[in-house]
Amino acid sequence: MRLELRGITKRFGALVANDHIDLVVEPGEIHCLLGENGAGKSTLMNVLYGLYQADEGQILLDDAVQEFDGPGDAMAAGIGMVHQHFMLVPVFTVAENVMLGHESTRAGGVLDLDAARAKVTEISARFGFHVDPDALVEDLPVGVQQRVEIIKALSHDADILVFDEPTAVLTPQETDELMGIMRQLRDEGTAIVFITHKLREVREVADRITVIRHGKVVGEASPSASDGELASLMVGRAVELVVAKDEPTLRENALEVTDLEVVGPGGQVLVDRVSFSVRGGEVLVVAGVQGNGQTELTEALLGLQEQVRGSIQLDGQELVGRTVRQILRAGVGFVPEDRNTDGLVGEFTIAENLVLDRTDGPPFVRRGSLQLRARDSFAREKVAEFDVRTQGIETRVGRLSGGNQQKVVLARELSRELRLFVAAQPTRGVDVGSIEFIHKRIVETRDTGIPVVVVSTELDEAVALADRIMVMYRGSVVGIVPADTPRDTLGLMMAGIPPETGPQNEGDAA
Amino acid sequence: MTATTAGVPAAAGAPASQDAPRAVATTTWKAVIGLGVVLVLYALLLLLSPHDGSARFLLSTSTDLFVLSTFVVPAMATAWVCGGVGLAVLLLAAVRTRAGRPVPVWAIAVFAAALLVGFLAWAAAGSPRDLSVVGLLSGSVALCVPIVYGALGGVIGERSGVVNIAIEGQLLAGAFTAAIVGSITDSPWAGLVAAVLASALVALVLGMFTITYKVNQVIVGVVLNVLVIGLTSFFYSEVLVPNAETLNTTTRFERLPVPFLERIPIVGPVLFNQTIVVYLMFVAVAVVWFALFRTRWGLRVRAVGEHPKAADTVGIDVVRTRYRAVLIGGAMAGMGGAFYTVVSINQFGREMTAGAGFIALAAVIFGKWDPLRAALAGLLFGFATNLQNVLSVVGSPVPSQFMLMLPYVVTLLAVAGLVGRSRAPAAAGDAYSKE
Repeated sequence: MRLELRGITKRFGALVANDHIDLVVEPGEIHCLLGENGAGKSTLMNVLYGLYQADEGQILLDDAVQEFDGPGDAMAAGIGMVHQHFMLVPVFTVAENVMLGHESTRAGGVLDLDAARAKVTEISARFGFHVDPDALVEDLPVGVQQRVEIIKALSHDADILVFDEPTAVLTPQETDELMGIMRQLRDEGTAIVFITHKLREVREVADRITVIRHGKVVGEASPSASDGELASLMVGRAVELVVAKDEPTLRENALEVTDLEVVGPGGQVLVDRVSFSVRGGEVLVVAGVQGNGQTELTEALLGLQEQVRGSIQLDGQELVGRTVRQILRAGVGFVPEDRNTDGLVGEFTIAENLVLDRTDGPPFVRRGSLQLRARDSFAREKVAEFDVRTQGIETRVGRLSGGNQQKVVLARELSRELRLFVAAQPTRGVDVGSIEFIHKRIVETRDTGIPVVVVSTELDEAVALADRIMVMYRGSVVGIVPADTPRDTLGLMMAGIPPETGPQNEGDAA
Repeated sequence: MTATTAGVPAAAGAPASQDAPRAVATTTWKAVIGLGVVLVLYALLLLLSPHDGSARFLLSTSTDLFVLSTFVVPAMATAWVCGGVGLAVLLLAAVRTRAGRPVPVWAIAVFAAALLVGFLAWAAAGSPRDLSVVGLLSGSVALCVPIVYGALGGVIGERSGVVNIAIEGQLLAGAFTAAIVGSITDSPWAGLVAAVLASALVALVLGMFTITYKVNQVIVGVVLNVLVIGLTSFFYSEVLVPNAETLNTTTRFERLPVPFLERIPIVGPVLFNQTIVVYLMFVAVAVVWFALFRTRWGLRVRAVGEHPKAADTVGIDVVRTRYRAVLIGGAMAGMGGAFYTVVSINQFGREMTAGAGFIALAAVIFGKWDPLRAALAGLLFGFATNLQNVLSVVGSPVPSQFMLMLPYVVTLLAVAGLVGRSRAPAAAGDAYSKE
């Protein structure tokens, strides 16, 4: 089926998320929608899928104008979607998730689970998946959950399939497999829309590329275009794709983590006997697919986890068993994984957020009352230093873009006297300009001579920032390798296969 | 591959997804300490206030197929033996906890049962009257009716994502309406239907504010309770009291003994000599369970309560599904409300539900949002209430104020300590909006 979007416009209040977007997707092609975070790709697809109503414009399928009141209409018309945040009910089984909304029933509305199981098995067989129809979705690894999402879309006989940022949670190998699935679907005649901001994937799989910036189509590109060309089209200017940094100058001070173990509330071991050390002046990137213990590791470093065993020594000082405040006082700076829930108070102003961690004494608090003048001059200084694009320090942080929010977090954490800097996913949901800035500041922090730990699920970022890379899988360390380790090896490590035993063993990898 | 090396694949190229993450036991001493405290209190009671004489447990009613003889035991000896059983369970629990294994539920059940029997023996010692076991149990079944109906309503609502704090108000509205309509028409059936409609009306208001206008569900529920208490109290004193003959004197449902079954000793009179509302309750528990877990309706209700956006993206109308669930839940609570005025007694009284709706809310949580477990929890609370009634009849030495507290203490202990880890529907309490 041929899909055509004509002049789609979607506004949220004053913000124009989609501004007269035209797009044509032919059957049997993979059409890539490339754009930065916040460019309006997901909004456009939600309009297509009936989740949002367009303010202007038309959706045409095989030249017939469609009216979608909801996702049910879109699905009935043959549109399927693999969502960025999986639309699966965690406590349901695979079969229940696949049948939901299209349940076949026996007499009296009784669910026909056998039919759903058969459907799962049939589609799994077509693509060589191994998915147990009776497994609970929450027990499955994210890669398999995504396959459930694909099975769900296909079970509705979709002719047009939208993949919304599908590779964010996958290992490189899983990404390759997904590309294979997309090609197979294309060859069967499905029209595929592939949304992403990762250039490598675009060039690998796309038949055509449409680039979106600030809600507008800014051009088409051919898959043979270089990374640099695609990036500058996406961002609107030339982009520095590598992080400039010198060889590290190692110092004596260090973070020493020995046999660290973090246990979750249900007794599951989330961080399993992890040992590593980071010397002053180097960046250790903790890589791995999301959900393999990185979050818990960083939280343990800051004292946010309850059941922690083992030892964390910063310059010889033990941190395990101390309160968060004591650890902050010991000189640990921390950029949390999710800035909106852990890093910032959205309803507070920039100035208030910048002094959140220093409300226990001078210079910002004296005798229990806030020193507004000191706070405001501090805030103005930091806003200028960290290039936070805002109308003023009284702006509520919740109204800033992701990149500017992250700069506020960074400004707060880096403005103390630090002896260790921990940044979890520092560039997630951040525009390219801010990413460059954040990377630069992280390298500068390293060069001041303190240990830096960065958690990243993006292999590109890991390789660009790291002096050494530590890969985690299911709570354990798979290996600690130099930053120039081949990507294949890193990819296998992310799937739990240690470098020594990997098929393409590199002699210098250990 | 052993459990301790999980997380590191055994061989090169082994499929990495096969090994499960390692887990360690995280048992707490909470259960052991709790049991220990209860046992100490129990022992203190026996030591400080010994009761001589024997306790007489009456096991039969006159219509039984065969008559079980009255069970007479020496009170203090029985109480101490039961305490001994409790001590044995406590030791077992301590050993299990040391070994890093959880205390099994049956052990706690045995502990509770042993101490209960011991306590009854102690309390009934030397009383001129027999303690009727049948009366104790059948009264429990009767008293749990509004709680169970209320809890079923709560389970359905919360499974769809709407927390229903207004169960109390729904019960009260049902009781009030059933009283008036039942009195005017002289028909308990009309009263029952009216109660269902009145409760559904309260549920409709709850739904409008929480689903359509996305007001905080807890606040709306609390406000509705206060509103219904105010309205019914006002109309009770202004309208029902002056016209008690015509508006507040209902005909009650008669008991409907099931032939033959009712003559089985103990079980018969407890389960099979009740009113139609009680039998309907048994049916309702089974039907709600089946509907929630085996039908399309139930799958959709649960999906909407767990992950409304996922339901929306497969074309399920979240708002409509929630409304329907809340209304059905309200109707359930209405059945419970009718119990007060067309089954239990024949007239309405000011605030006569006396917190049963909140106990029902506790039963929802204690029952882990499962209709069967919630019903059993309701039965437990009904038992606690009736225990107090029965003990005051045999002339218990415990001050009546303490006995009146019993159901609430049981509720508190049950919800706080025994429930274990329970997980509410993920979206319960959250209004759904698309953007």
